[in-house]
Formats: sequence, structure tokens, C-alpha cells
Amino acid sequence: MIAEVGHFALVLALLVAMVQASVPMVGAARNNEVWMALCRPAAIAQFLLVALSFLCLTHAFVTSDFSVITVAQNSHTDKPLIYKISGVWGNHEGSMLLWVLILSIFGSAVAFFGSNLPPGLRARALAVQGLIAVGFYLFLLLTSNPFERVIPPPMNGNDLNPLLQDFGLAIHPPMLYLGYVGFSMAFSFAIAALIEGRVDAAWARWVRPWTMAAWVFLTGGIALGSWWAYYELGWGGFWFWDPVENASFMPWLAGTALLHSSIVVEKRNAMKTWTVFLAIVAFSFSLLGTFLVRSGVLTSVHAFATDPGRGVFILLLLIIVIGGSFALFAWRGPQLKSEVLFQPISREGGLLLNNLIMTVAAAAVLLGTLYPLFLDAIGGGKVSVGAPFFNAVFIPLMVPMIAAMAVGPLLSWKRADLGPALKRLWIAAAAMFVMVAVTWVLITDGPFMGLVGVALATWLGVGTLVSFADQIRLFRAPLPESLSRLRRTPRATWGMTLAHLGIAVAIAGVTGAGAWKIESVQVMKPGDKVTVGGYEYEFKGATEHPGPNYTARRGLFIVSKGGKVFTVMEPEKRIYPVQNMPTTEAAIHSTLWGDLYAVVGDPQGTEGGFVTRIYFNPLVIWMWMGGLLMMFGGFLSLTDRRYRIGAPTRRQAGAAPVAAE
Amino acid sequence: MKPKHKRLTFVVVAGVLLASAVALMLVAFEENIVFFQSPTDIVEKKIPTDKRMRIGGLVKEGSVKKGDDAVVSFLVTDLSNTVKVTYKGILPDLFREGQGVVAEGRLTDGVFKADEVLAKHDENYMPPEVADALKKSGQWQGNVKGDKK
Repeated sequence: MIAEVGHFALVLALLVAMVQASVPMVGAARNNEVWMALCRPAAIAQFLLVALSFLCLTHAFVTSDFSVITVAQNSHTDKPLIYKISGVWGNHEGSMLLWVLILSIFGSAVAFFGSNLPPGLRARALAVQGLIAVGFYLFLLLTSNPFERVIPPPMNGNDLNPLLQDFGLAIHPPMLYLGYVGFSMAFSFAIAALIEGRVDAAWARWVRPWTMAAWVFLTGGIALGSWWAYYELGWGGFWFWDPVENASFMPWLAGTALLHSSIVVEKRNAMKTWTVFLAIVAFSFSLLGTFLVRSGVLTSVHAFATDPGRGVFILLLLIIVIGGSFALFAWRGPQLKSEVLFQPISREGGLLLNNLIMTVAAAAVLLGTLYPLFLDAIGGGKVSVGAPFFNAVFIPLMVPMIAAMAVGPLLSWKRADLGPALKRLWIAAAAMFVMVAVTWVLITDGPFMGLVGVALATWLGVGTLVSFADQIRLFRAPLPESLSRLRRTPRATWGMTLAHLGIAVAIAGVTGAGAWKIESVQVMKPGDKVTVGGYEYEFKGATEHPGPNYTARRGLFIVSKGGKVFTVMEPEKRIYPVQNMPTTEAAIHSTLWGDLYAVVGDPQGTEGGFVTRIYFNPLVIWMWMGGLLMMFGGFLSLTDRRYRIGAPTRRQAGAAPVAAE
Repeated sequence: MKPKHKRLTFVVVAGVLLASAVALMLVAFEENIVFFQSPTDIVEKKIPTDKRMRIGGLVKEGSVKKGDDAVVSFLVTDLSNTVKVTYKGILPDLFREGQGVVAEGRLTDGVFKADEVLAKHDENYMPPEVADALKKSGQWQGNVKGDKK
């Protein structure tokens, strides 16, 4: 019964979305205020209906109602409660329901907090949101109804894929979707602006918080995903340039570019057409990501619950949304042109350079990801494009990007001189040379890329601090003045500083784990010892331990350094009997300077021997710390007072552009 | 700078960037693309052995042998031909006899030395290449992917 309520609520949500997509749009065209005003109650009603539907499905999972196919296939009575709940989105149908739930959350948030939006813009933006929602409701109801029944119901369920029974992965999809779907807001505002034929500083100020929120969540989602791959897959790596990973990385790159270009729209009233274009691109990448993950057209280690039949539906949706929006862009985009050309050496010039490199990087990732599909389609054979390709393309693109990233914040708006900015960065240059020299002495046999990474991380990290010190005029003004400037520093500046520092810290982490990783694979019997990265691991054997819905073979390592016991590590290999599927639980001991990482495999060789794999991953924890810094920076920026008070007012048409600050 | 020059600067910068990105990609494509071969391709065609490649098929039942030195060997088959694969390390969790597998590495003296054996996360998931290899050898047994429904 409850499942039928959920299904019915979803159908009602579709109808409401249809109204939301049409009436306010027509109302905005005819300047009919009542019709326009309909967008707010419609968005909120849509949210309530989808939320009800989602709760119904959650109820079915929690009570293990196996007459619902989705539940029967993805749950089990023995499963711990948290994974019963995360099982709701651990499958295709439920994850698409989560997708529309988040879409409706964003829509109703605009309805709720958007009192200061001009009614026309709000009506059009919410109508576009409604239109996207209609597409996804149809997709859900026609091809992937989560509430479908099975008669007679099975006695018990198939269980959730054990790899997904993990806390990190329980919250990874919601985070990622908040990011993906969050970009739909920027998209809807961009389409609304195209229809209105108007983009200005106020528009940028309305769009920016939504983009920022989406970016924060997407950053978190990607970081969580790579963290999960790191500890759950037992490969000791964290990023494989897998199609599904690229699918989340492309919107991130485009979204990062969008964040920076919208600053230029806000401050200088320039780069408008470009910003609208980026908003469309960012959401298109999100849709493409959904398609790649859901359709299984590419070989991916991350492919869950794929179904090519549904892929065709998403592909159609993709073509309609992306094709339609780009057609609209081609038609209406030129009208937005009021671009002030600016000096290449200026803050906005730096932001433009960021945008160019980010989009080229995103395009490179896109080509690399889709190339196998393309080649196969023209009969060129089956290929795979892996990490070597992406590293060879991506790293050279990032070098000028990071080099410029330290300089950009030191340039002033409109017109700046490169000389003084570079002069102020002498500390960063000095620190860079010292760090490279130290690394070169300490790690004699590391790859060249390691030195490049150290140089970039130091340059950017110190450079960011220099520009922050410059902002508060540290050492150049009396200390009390600097302190009072520090107090008055806008949160957006804090946010930028932290996010850029986060990038520097993450580069250090990627460099350490990528360039200087030490790996050792061997068969070990109890009592055997092996030394990896200066730590001695003594294998004590492996024993069986029962878990709540699995049995574990737990290995025991005594790790010592310099003759003293340092830590004890207990990696596991678990077998989940319901799906008869093993999972690897690596034992990880994190230190600031590197992770000790041990995996125990199957019995092999002579009696009592097991394959073991031991890694030393230098600096890997810096990567997640960098991710957290970026998220925190984005969050601080989001709370900047200019988004809360002083509701942006729109200038009359024909008025002078907003003066640069 | 005159507006004309400003615009020119941007066009030049963007052009240089794009050109170098394209050059980078062409070089990278040339060097880093890994072709997929089925066991039949490897046995029947003369494939240059100096390049990295991927091989895919089913792990032959009863063929997995584990040595003393953490090296595992198994036979990959498309049910017409088989190729021996060796791998040093821990096999992915879902590696099983009779199931699809994709391995990446080099071919030396008829033995495929893998440095990567691809895991899949979902037991119903069949890598498209493996499905194709089976189809080509005429041994495809229908829809493996959706067999739960």
C-alpha cells in the first residue's frame, strides 16, 4: 500500500512539474503576474510530493518489503539499518529518485529564498527546472519505476552489493548528486537569462551562491569517492581516470571555471555570453555523467546497476536538453553581447586564463573519455584510454594554470602590472627552490614529476599566503592596521584563500602518493617479515571472524620502526554469503607524512601462506585535507554578507555597468 | 593597448593554448592508447608484441594456479581460443573462474603478462569488450547483464 502511495505521489509530482514548466513561462512572456507567481507553490508542492515518494521507498527498504522489486534485489533482512537506508540510493531506480528529490530541493529553495528575485527571472528559471524535472519523472515512471511489485514476493532479498555497504559510499552519492543537480540551478538561470536576453551583475550575484553550493558538494562527493576507492578497493590508489570518475570530474572543471567567470560578470559586467555558455556546459557535463554511469556504454570498474535500454532514454534526454539549450544559446546568445574588452594583464585577465585552461582541460578529459566509444562506432577497434593518456595531457595543462594561480589574486582589476606582482612573490619563488632542493637531496631516485609537483604546491601555497598578507597589508602597514584589516576581510576572500591553499595541499598529496609510492607484493607465512618504506611488517597469520552479515578473514601485522613496535594492522577479506561476494578491507594507518597500507589476500603457496600487499603512500592524507580546505573555503564564501544583505537590485536598462570594486 | 590589440592578444593566447593542448593529446593518443584483443585475435592474428594491450574473455574453469611467489596464472578464453595470463599480486575481489575478466599488460612468448587485472564492482556487469569477444567467437549465451530480472 505504502509503495503505491509513493508511486502515486511520483505521478502527481510529474503533473505538478508539467504545470510548473508551462504556466509561469507563458506568464513571464505575457507579463501575467498571477501565472508567474504560480512557480513558487508549484516548486514547493513538487518537493513535498517527491519527498513523500522518497520516504515511501525508504520505508519499503527499512521494513524489508520484498514485494517491491527494487527492495528485493538490493536489500536483505540481515543488513544493518544504515545500509538498508543507503540501499535506497544504492541501486538504479532509487538513485534516480534521489536525483529528482535533490532537483526539487533546489527548486523549492529558490521558491523559498528567492523573494528578492525579479518575478520574471524567477518564473522562467523555475519553469526550466520544472522542464528538467518532467524529463526525469518520465524517465523514472516509464523505464525505472522504483515501486514496481513482484508477486509472489521472495522470502528474502538479494542484498546490497557488499562494496556499497560502507559508510563513505553511503553518503557519496547524495553529495555527488547535490553537486551534479546543483549545477541545474546555474543552468536554469542561464536559460532564463537567454530568454530574457539579459545578463548583468545582479544576475551573476543570484547565480553565484547556487553554483558555489553545487561546487562545494561536488568537491566533497569526488573526494569521498576517491577516498572510498582508496580504502575499499585495496589497490592503494585513489584515482584511476576511469570513465565514471571522469564523469564527475568534468562538471567539476566546468563548474570551477563558471565560479571564476561569474566573478567577472559581477565585478566588471564582462564575459557574459561566456558565463552563460559555461553554465550550460557544466550542467550538460552533469547529465553526461549521469548517462555514462547509468548506461554502461564504457568499460568501467565503477559500473553499478547499468542497463543499456535505459541508457537510450537518458541519451535522448541528453540530446534534447543539451541540443535545445545550445540552440537557444546560438540564437539568443549574441544579444547578450556588451563585452567590455579588458587588459590582458589584470585580475579579469587572470580569471579568463583560468577559464581557458579549465575548459581546455575539461575538453581533453571529455575527448579521452569518449574516444573509445567514438573509435568503436567507426569500426576502429576496441581501445582503452587510461591513466597514462590523462596524465600526459592533464599535467602539462595544469602547470601554467597553477603558476598563474599564485599571481592572479595579486593583480588588480582593470589594469595591473606584472612586475610588482611578481616581485611580491619572491618569497614563494625562494620557498619553491628550497623545497625542490630539499626534496632532490632527500629522495634521490624519485621521478622528475615529483619535483614538479613539489615546486607547484610550494609556489601556490606560499603565493596564496603572500596575496592574503598583501590584502591585509601585513608588514607594510602598522600591525594594528593589519589586524583591523584582517577582521574586516570579507569571507569571500577568506574562502578564496582557503580554497587555493586546499589546491596546493592536494597537489602535495597527489604528488607524494603518485610519485613516491612504495609497493610490495609477496606470499607471507606467519613469522615472515618484510620492510616497506622504513617500516618492518611481521605477519602473524590470519584468522576467521564472524561479522553481522559476513565472515571475515583477518590478518595480523605487527609493524615496527627502529626496533620499536609502531602499530598493529588488521586487514580483512570479507565474504558476504548472500551474494557470495568477497570484499577487501585494507588496514590503513595514516600519519601526516604517509599512510601505511596493508592488504591480505587468499591463501597461496605452502601451508599457512597468504598473498599480502603492502604499500607506503607518502602524503596521501594531504589530498583529503586539501579537499576539505576547498570545501570549507567554498562554504565560507557562501556565507559572505553580500549574498545575505543588500539584496542585489537590478539597474534600469541602459544604466552604466556596475563599477569595478 | 588598442582594442584591436587586446582582442588579438586573447585570440593568440587562446590559440596557443588550444594548439598545444591538441598537440599534447595527439602525442598522448599515439603513445598511450591500449587496444583490446580477444584470445582469438592473439592466437590467430600476428599482433605486435611490444605494445601494451588489453585482453578479455572468460576465466577458464579450473585453470587458476597459484605459485609460491605471489604469481597467479589462469587461462582466458573466448571459448574458441585460450591465452595464458600471469599476474603478480592480489586478484580483484570479483575475479572468479567462469566469469568475465579484463587484463592489461604485454604479451611475451605467447604468455600474457598482466600488470593490471580489472575489477568490476557489480557481479552482473559484463565488460562490453568481453561480451563482444564472446559474440564474435559465436559463443554468446544471451543477456548476462539483466539475468536477474
